[in-house]
Amino acid sequence: MDNIAGQNKGGKLAVNITVIILVLLWLLPTIGLFVSSFRDRDQISNSGWWQAPFAVDLNFRARVAADDARQEGDIFVVEGNVFADPSLSGRFPDAEGVVAAYGTRAVAPDEFAPGEVSELRTGGTVVVNHDGTYRVESPEEIARGPTLYFEARTPPRFTLANYETVLRADGMDRAFINTLTVTIPATIIPILIAAFAAYALAWMDFPGRGLLIAAVVGLLVVPLQLALVPLLSLHTNIGIGQSFLGIWLAHTGFGLPLAVYLLRNYMVGLPRDIIESAKVDGATDFQIFVRIILPLSFPALASFAIFQFLWTWNDLLVAKVFLPSGAESQVMTVKIADDLLGSRGGDWGILATAAFVSIAVPLVVFFTMQRYLVRGLLAGSVK
Amino acid sequence: MSPVIQGILTIIIGVGGCVGYFYFSNMLLDKVIFPAKGPNTGRNINRANQVRPWLFLFPAMFALGLYLAYPVVGSFWRSLFDRSGANFIGLGNYAALFAEGSFRTAVLNNLLWVLFVPAMATFLGLLVAQLTDRLSWGNIAKSLIFMPMAISFVGASLIWKFVYSANPDIGIINSIRDSMGMTVLDPLQIRFWNNFLLMFILVWIQTGFAMVILSAALRGIPEETIEAAIIDGANPFQVFFKIKVPQIMGTIVVVWTTITILVLKVFDIVYTMTGGNFGTHILPSYMMTYMFRDDGRATAVAFVIMLLVLPVMIWNIRQARNEMR
Repeated sequence: MDNIAGQNKGGKLAVNITVIILVLLWLLPTIGLFVSSFRDRDQISNSGWWQAPFAVDLNFRARVAADDARQEGDIFVVEGNVFADPSLSGRFPDAEGVVAAYGTRAVAPDEFAPGEVSELRTGGTVVVNHDGTYRVESPEEIARGPTLYFEARTPPRFTLANYETVLRADGMDRAFINTLTVTIPATIIPILIAAFAAYALAWMDFPGRGLLIAAVVGLLVVPLQLALVPLLSLHTNIGIGQSFLGIWLAHTGFGLPLAVYLLRNYMVGLPRDIIESAKVDGATDFQIFVRIILPLSFPALASFAIFQFLWTWNDLLVAKVFLPSGAESQVMTVKIADDLLGSRGGDWGILATAAFVSIAVPLVVFFTMQRYLVRGLLAGSVK
Repeated sequence: MSPVIQGILTIIIGVGGCVGYFYFSNMLLDKVIFPAKGPNTGRNINRANQVRPWLFLFPAMFALGLYLAYPVVGSFWRSLFDRSGANFIGLGNYAALFAEGSFRTAVLNNLLWVLFVPAMATFLGLLVAQLTDRLSWGNIAKSLIFMPMAISFVGASLIWKFVYSANPDIGIINSIRDSMGMTVLDPLQIRFWNNFLLMFILVWIQTGFAMVILSAALRGIPEETIEAAIIDGANPFQVFFKIKVPQIMGTIVVVWTTITILVLKVFDIVYTMTGGNFGTHILPSYMMTYMFRDDGRATAVAFVIMLLVLPVMIWNIRQARNEMR
């Protein structure tokens, strides 16, 4: 009853429709990418992904087989079928299809309707019928068969070929492993360091505690850009340079403020009684932390782990600066942004597939652990 | 050594090192430096307990200091030197930057981003949070709108390339234009408005974040206030704008500032979509054009970003201090 439009049927319908439109707007671009990644390369560039379930008109070329030429009276004739061309066997295995239009020049592959007779540049005439059969007539002997261009309807084709190309030839498999290599240590290491610090900030009394918490809150918003130049030169000076070790350290440092902040907020809320009775029973701070605080803080640890995982997996900036730019250490985001977008700029199937490979793991993590992610977000911003 | 093995080793050394550090430093403190026995037992225990917090804090503070606090100073210092780093040129880099037309464009664009993205994402997030509140399939809708949060900025940019593409067989916008008989155009080359197309990608990513937090805040509003308003004859819009929104204003501000901070970091979208061409540079992407080429200029740009963040930072710290009291 407190809903904006919860009071009448019309209002309810309006709410439903609005939400459906919003959800579609949010979902459609991703679906487009997903569908495109499974489509045939030629079909992608000839019809939009929203037409994926329908047949597509594609252009092909076939060479007239001059060997079959025979003489009929005083003219030379070649007959055959465009779909039987050996180069099209992958596309039309049964050598059957429907010609929508044909032409004799590459620039105008749909110049003539099927059945229409047209002049050949080399002299003579040609006709291509709906079923693909053609007949070339020439007053002179046909030494070299002309090339015929035609447009044919192809059924919708979904393949895994893009995935094969991306993973094998384009080196995305390597980039995937590199991403994993960067992500896992960069997720695990900050957690432990942050957990101890968060415990100290939440449950230990010492002078300057408030100041330190304020400092962590302040560091939470320091732009990463500031860190790039000084840290890269620091890494170079101490011999780490651009390397995996460097990026693990960098991600650890950049992830710590959020980790300390989230974990402290959570630990402060743990019941005081448990901790005090443990102290009365003679437990040391170290024991309290390991035996009581850590197990109880599992939800907060999990939500930070998910944040840090998503952040490091999806990061482009830190990887560009702290990792060497060679192919053997590129992570997926760098690979896509610097390599594939440049060299495969117009190859939409490859781009879609590469993007989908890179977002698949975060999506799985997201949907399986959404509960923890939401909890972490809430701990971080609402009290 | 293969990076994978190196990674596994790092996990073992990192985790083992951390556990070892905490365990042995504690033992050292309790057993060797201030042992809880002998004539000074009481004093020793107290002293150990005074030192212990710093033991727990040291690794985190060290990393935070080195990786976040030092760079603020280090970057500013570096920005006062020229490209080679040998000659002190005072504010020369800043003066040179402000003389560049493209830098001024980047600053203006960045201001647009800072105004538009948080406002739009918070507004849409609030809208979705309110609309899905009592919907039977509300949780599914929320989950789907939240999903882009998991997608990298690079991935999101590629996803939106399939919307914005100039090719009517790839881009939805041009396909619609084409079917309505309009000429095909490249949306990303329309000056000024192309910025909003890029901003919308970030709005698309961040709306879910705003929605999740605002939806929790809406649920936290006491029912009585709403019931009282309805009994007094308030219509649904009045209930929303005069009863609900004022009560979650604090959360709205938090969401707004969080997204603002994020906006000032994101360079990926501009980098992937236009590379800063067609007047779309923002400060983070502009900095990357100098990165690896002229560290003096790059750090100067970074410090300008820092100056933009500063008000939010101060506000955040004051807010945190108020909460602790």
